[in-house]
Amino acid sequence: MTTTPAGTRLVDRFERGLDAPICLTWELTYACNLACVHCLSSSGRRDPGELSTGECKALIDEFERMQIFYVNIGGGEPTIRADFWELVEYATDHHVGVKFSTNGSRITEEVATRLAASDYVDVQISLDGASAAVNDAVRGEGSYATALTAMERLAAVGFTGFKLSVVITRHNVAELDDFKAIADRFGAQLRLTRLRPSGRGADVWDELHPTAAQQRQLYDWLVAHGEDVLTGDSFFHLAGYGDALPGLNLCGAGRVVCLVDPVGDVYACPFAIHDEFLAGNVRSAGGFTSVWRDSALFAELRAPQSAGACASCGHFDACRGGCMAAKFFTGLPLDGPDPECVLGHGEHALGARGGRDVPRSGPDHSSRPRRVAVALTPARRPDRRCDESPLAGSGPAVRADRR
Amino acid sequence: MPPTTAPSTGVSYDPARAWALHPQVSLRPESFGALAYHFGTRRLSFLKSRTLLTVVETLADQPSGAEACRAAGVGADELDAYERALDALAGSGMICERVA
Repeated sequence: MTTTPAGTRLVDRFERGLDAPICLTWELTYACNLACVHCLSSSGRRDPGELSTGECKALIDEFERMQIFYVNIGGGEPTIRADFWELVEYATDHHVGVKFSTNGSRITEEVATRLAASDYVDVQISLDGASAAVNDAVRGEGSYATALTAMERLAAVGFTGFKLSVVITRHNVAELDDFKAIADRFGAQLRLTRLRPSGRGADVWDELHPTAAQQRQLYDWLVAHGEDVLTGDSFFHLAGYGDALPGLNLCGAGRVVCLVDPVGDVYACPFAIHDEFLAGNVRSAGGFTSVWRDSALFAELRAPQSAGACASCGHFDACRGGCMAAKFFTGLPLDGPDPECVLGHGEHALGARGGRDVPRSGPDHSSRPRRVAVALTPARRPDRRCDESPLAGSGPAVRADRR
Repeated sequence: MPPTTAPSTGVSYDPARAWALHPQVSLRPESFGALAYHFGTRRLSFLKSRTLLTVVETLADQPSGAEACRAAGVGADELDAYERALDALAGSGMICERVA
């Protein structure tokens, strides 16, 4: 563990929060042409209260003033917004880099060419199966072909290093090598993230989240691939298996990351769209800056947290109790084990929880009634958070606190 | 051009040479030091002390990396750690050599 000159661990500084996020996720719209079964933001229909073009630009101005280096734009399918490219250009002109997540449906040859010419825009194509059968069961029929076509177009115009983003499920863990091969084929970088029981993900989490044996398999695979594969710091709850994975390995919610949703609501993280984690709205006096710096919720998240039921666990310092949103949306106490705790404490807690009602995610913009069977329902995407682990870039005096 | 996935440029830091912050890197001062973000490689680094921030910010004005460290007040006992930090920054392309 490295230390700062003052003898304080960097991770502790981060847990107390920064004056501005390291990066943030901005869902531009709840509109989506897909309806992924595990969509974190329950997207589908556009919200009539979406931020206008002018409001979006004012928000970008704030991001620039706060020196937020880049934003992860998602949705919904962000490219559906008529002003999407205008906003991307506005952001990059104002020194706010953009990485956007897309299902690839609007990556035409012309768009690919334009993207390849930009220094400040990165693209993340979502794919949740290395085969059409596995992917389309989650993301909808035809979505595999759409994503592959988009990647072909990006590769054809020389855009290398874009991201192939995969949410790990029970059905695609076996395809890890295949995903890597697809990414390599297109000169892309593979990014794996965790399935959260957030949004519509709550409907399918029980049947789609990896088994304990699969989690171990995933951990070993990630360790073997090191920084070659990005995880957005998704899997810090697996640190209890042994060495921490590359990344900050802490819950950044409200501390170093947050989410701005299409209507300007600011949540602690992209996986926590619920009133409980709503810090404020960018339309309020003081704007985003004041929400980030002054909200009572964020102050609370930045205060020392109790390890609760995990206090006596020897692995607490490694996994730090796991993901707040995963606990919340499975009905577990926030100061207890993650539902996917590698020691099995989460599983036990889920069993003990019984039939108690679990909280539901906030606004539901699904295009059709929520389902219950995973089978072959068309769907739409999830993921993201702070992208590349902020420490993966190799620290100067430093590398990450825990490696 | 969009991102490179190569984390290291293979460049080593030589204190006798002249250096500068890469033009595509932005620095954001923080209480612990600073965040450094490279828009070309999309990598983020942490400068873990304010003194290191000063060194990096003044590299371009000094004839050598060694001079930049000296001018920023890096003590003899700390020099090794700072040179290792600068070597990591050079390796990830955050700082680059310039013609003195």
